[in-house]
Amino acid sequence: MTSFLTRRRFLSTTAGLAGAATLGGLGRPARASGELTVGFIYVGPRDDYGYNQAHAEGAAVVKAMEGVTVIEEENVAETQDVQQTMESMINFDGATLLFPTSFGYFDPHILKVAPNNPDVRFEHCGGLWSAGMPANVGSYFGYIGMGQYLNGIAAGHATKSKKIGFVAAKPIPQVLLNINSFLLGARSVDPTIECQVIFTGEWSMAVKEAEATNALADAGADVITCHVDGPKVVMETAAARDCFICGYHANQSVLAPEKYLTGAEWNWATVYTDMVKKTMAGEPIDNFVRGGLAEGFIKMSPLGPAVSDAARAQFEDTKARIMSGGFAVINGPMKDNAGNVVATEGQAFEESDVALESMGYLVEGVIGSTS
Amino acid sequence: MAVGADIPAPATPLRAWLTGIAGRAEGLLLPVLALLAGFAVFAVFLLLLGKNPATFYALVYKAGFGTAFSWNNTLSRAAPLLFSALCVAVPARLGLVVIGGEGAIVLGGVMAGGLAMLLAGWPAILAMPLLALMAALVGAIWIGAVGALRQWRGVNETIASLLLAYIAIALMNHLVEGPLRDPASLNKPSTAPLAESLRVGDLPGWNVHWGLAVAVVCCILCWVLIERTTTGFGARIAGGNVRAAQVQGLPVTRLVVGFTALGGAFAGLAGYFEVSAVHGSANASLASGYGYTGILVAFLARHNPLAIIPVALLLAGFEASSGLVQRRMDLPDATMTVLQGFVFVSILASETLTGRISLTAWLNRKDTA
Amino acid sequence: MSGDIGLWAVPLAMVGGAIRVSTPFLFVSLGEVITERSGRINLGLEGTLVFGAMAGYALAYMTGSPWIGVLAAAGAGAAFGLLHGLLCSLPRVNDIAIGIALMLLGTGLAFFFGKAFIQPVAPDLPAINLGWWSDLPQVQAALRVNVLFIIGGLLAVALAWMLKRTRIGLTLRVVGDSSDAARALGIRPARVRILATGFGGALAGMGGAYLSLFYPGSWNEGISSGQGLIAVALVIFARWSPVNCFFAALLFGAAGALGPALQSVGVTSGYYLFYAAPFVLTLVVLIASSSKSGALTGAPRELSITK
Repeated sequence: MTSFLTRRRFLSTTAGLAGAATLGGLGRPARASGELTVGFIYVGPRDDYGYNQAHAEGAAVVKAMEGVTVIEEENVAETQDVQQTMESMINFDGATLLFPTSFGYFDPHILKVAPNNPDVRFEHCGGLWSAGMPANVGSYFGYIGMGQYLNGIAAGHATKSKKIGFVAAKPIPQVLLNINSFLLGARSVDPTIECQVIFTGEWSMAVKEAEATNALADAGADVITCHVDGPKVVMETAAARDCFICGYHANQSVLAPEKYLTGAEWNWATVYTDMVKKTMAGEPIDNFVRGGLAEGFIKMSPLGPAVSDAARAQFEDTKARIMSGGFAVINGPMKDNAGNVVATEGQAFEESDVALESMGYLVEGVIGSTS
Repeated sequence: MAVGADIPAPATPLRAWLTGIAGRAEGLLLPVLALLAGFAVFAVFLLLLGKNPATFYALVYKAGFGTAFSWNNTLSRAAPLLFSALCVAVPARLGLVVIGGEGAIVLGGVMAGGLAMLLAGWPAILAMPLLALMAALVGAIWIGAVGALRQWRGVNETIASLLLAYIAIALMNHLVEGPLRDPASLNKPSTAPLAESLRVGDLPGWNVHWGLAVAVVCCILCWVLIERTTTGFGARIAGGNVRAAQVQGLPVTRLVVGFTALGGAFAGLAGYFEVSAVHGSANASLASGYGYTGILVAFLARHNPLAIIPVALLLAGFEASSGLVQRRMDLPDATMTVLQGFVFVSILASETLTGRISLTAWLNRKDTA
Repeated sequence: MSGDIGLWAVPLAMVGGAIRVSTPFLFVSLGEVITERSGRINLGLEGTLVFGAMAGYALAYMTGSPWIGVLAAAGAGAAFGLLHGLLCSLPRVNDIAIGIALMLLGTGLAFFFGKAFIQPVAPDLPAINLGWWSDLPQVQAALRVNVLFIIGGLLAVALAWMLKRTRIGLTLRVVGDSSDAARALGIRPARVRILATGFGGALAGMGGAYLSLFYPGSWNEGISSGQGLIAVALVIFARWSPVNCFFAALLFGAAGALGPALQSVGVTSGYYLFYAAPFVLTLVVLIASSSKSGALTGAPRELSITK
């Protein structure tokens, strides 16, 4: 029964290819001149409700563009596997624009493969491209911390225990910024709110994520968000513990519509269509691309039914201020949770400040440590 | 493996030679037939899904073995598998089932990454062998401890090595994100990058690092040790029957600890090459499952160090073709795992036919006729 | 009150964790006890568990009934077990090797057919609230006990009784200790072993269904972090006793809850090491309880891994 249904799914997804499933598929797919083959590489499954799904949704938009062939590979490890996958896409499929999307692909893998393939453009998500790195490599990322700040506002209004929770994978800058932003958003509602963080140590480990979520609920947290590759388990477990949830990476509202407040989502379609258009037109792409809500790199899930009018007002107001530019989450004076000063009076780190991308602290009010 | 060894010695040198050849051919023929049977079963599986098996196998051949790039791809995937398979095959000669090579790989890698920070100014000719040696040593201690626990405390080596692998991965994560973390490794916590002079390069003319050559040499040396030395002979006796070995006065404890440690040393070397030739620093990517794939390679090779080489190549070739199959046929990435499952069940089950399709028996029948 | 319970959160979380996390270990190890008591080892239960998780989730989603999912998982698991049992009954076929190959096949098939079921939401198995007497939500949550956990506990006792007191149990033990003795008694060892491996597979499949249908309660490719493999190891740890398996699984589950629980009360450094607690604890107990001479107490003599 299983195989029957799955078989049908495969047949339907490959309807167009069904007739072409011959030896003809062996050679490089025929391309008209001016056409472009774009490769997307994911570290996990494409439909994980999270990191990989967000990229795959972007890839799906590219797929619909005229004259573009999209090739994809899932579950590619951050080892020499990804080097071989990139080479294979270049050698066998003639891909000239690659999006290896996992952070761990950048150094050393992309940096090693790129110089051998000067005619191919490598665009990497999250990496810090700097002068001296190969010119055919670029990095892009979004100011998702702003999304977590907005999550925090929704959470700050929803929490009754004044304690919110964060399930995090590893204490790295991208994650720390999200945790800090989530708490600071909540503290913009009520400065007594605390945020408990639990690190699972893994990007994708279902049982640990569920245990961490339960531990947060046991510790009294009543609004929970996360930064792991696939948030499905955290969202479902938290909702089952009667906690409100804020999404991350993609829209998870369907998993618990009543409990879902909002979510910080990627909107990679903006970035990908832009880069593909530029490549097809022969225009250069910046090696270092960043953007936020205003640029359409990130977006917020529609507010859920549990969001109060007061929360909605503050959410929309803050969102408008972020969109108008210059908004700073880390705004001095501010201390980390060990008592060290991280921003002095008058010092503010705007969303575009590259210093945020090497954040190594948790702000005051976060219960947790970075090592 | 000398399959013809138990055949009675025929009368003439020519027939002896023929029988020897026939014995070897049998040993080869059977797995190849089983491989084809596995392919056939998988072809039916594909047909049921409405996919063309001919296209599939052509793609596997092309992406695994069909072009120079494919060979680069396959060979570079094979290197860590050779080492990790040795970590299983060597102790297996004593009848020990060690399944925790992954632990020795990650700790070997951490040792290489951590120690390299201290050796930054050293000349490469001293530092590189020292790094490799220390990585091997950590692996040897880790898996050797499994042998020691078995001999001195009677702890089952299979469960101990598995538990130690999980502990090793936790240690590795703790070290690369804590004490050994390079503060500049922002979003991918790692040890400091190895100095350029300490990096292991590629084999001339290939995109495959030197670890492959070292691994092949290690396989050959292990084969010599097991098949051609008295130590290896003693190990095989002890593997067959511990009591008999003890009665014979064989140093069973030394053999058990020595062979487990030797296996662990190879896994440690795998970690060393991952760090010095692939990643350039030690980080969580070290735990990528090579240790577990190595178990499969070793069992398929019937723990024969020489047979490990073709088996690892076959497996690596399958994995090398996974991407192209995914992209061209719109099959999920697990397709190759399913194929491997069918093929390996088929090969392992075919061992029951050993001696049934016997060329040697046919030779002997002609003799008696 | 729903207030702060301070450090009590740690032992409470461990009780809760033991109940939540232990069930897959329990089912796989109970099944494997029966298999190993018959003189075979099936290392492939990790693959069976993963396939069971997928099949259970898929069927529960398609039919709307989680119990049909559990049955499907048990059926699929039994099929894998019977395949292992049949193949290993052929002369010269190594049970450990076949187990490893079936681990690959089971995982591969589960991921292959499971792609379509990562997104959908299947109905969960029901839980029984044994914490009704407490006002503390933490206690209530910890004592939300799944039916499968209770079934597993009862099964452990039943299997122990079966092994000791029934004809089937005696047959199993005779076959596990000596094929020759079994044949002398007119028992066909191969048939007993095939059935025992099939039973083990069915329980492993149910363990998988617990993962996908209750806790964590969804199907994805990271659903198992080696539970099937560890559970096989726990059998040796539990000395082939079903009741010991129950306690071993509880211990393992409780130790696994330590990592997140300690972080939640503010012990935040070195969490990787706390996460390794179940493995360290098991190893320490194993070393302490073993001795050079009594290493294989309770081991079926036909078992290849302890020979």
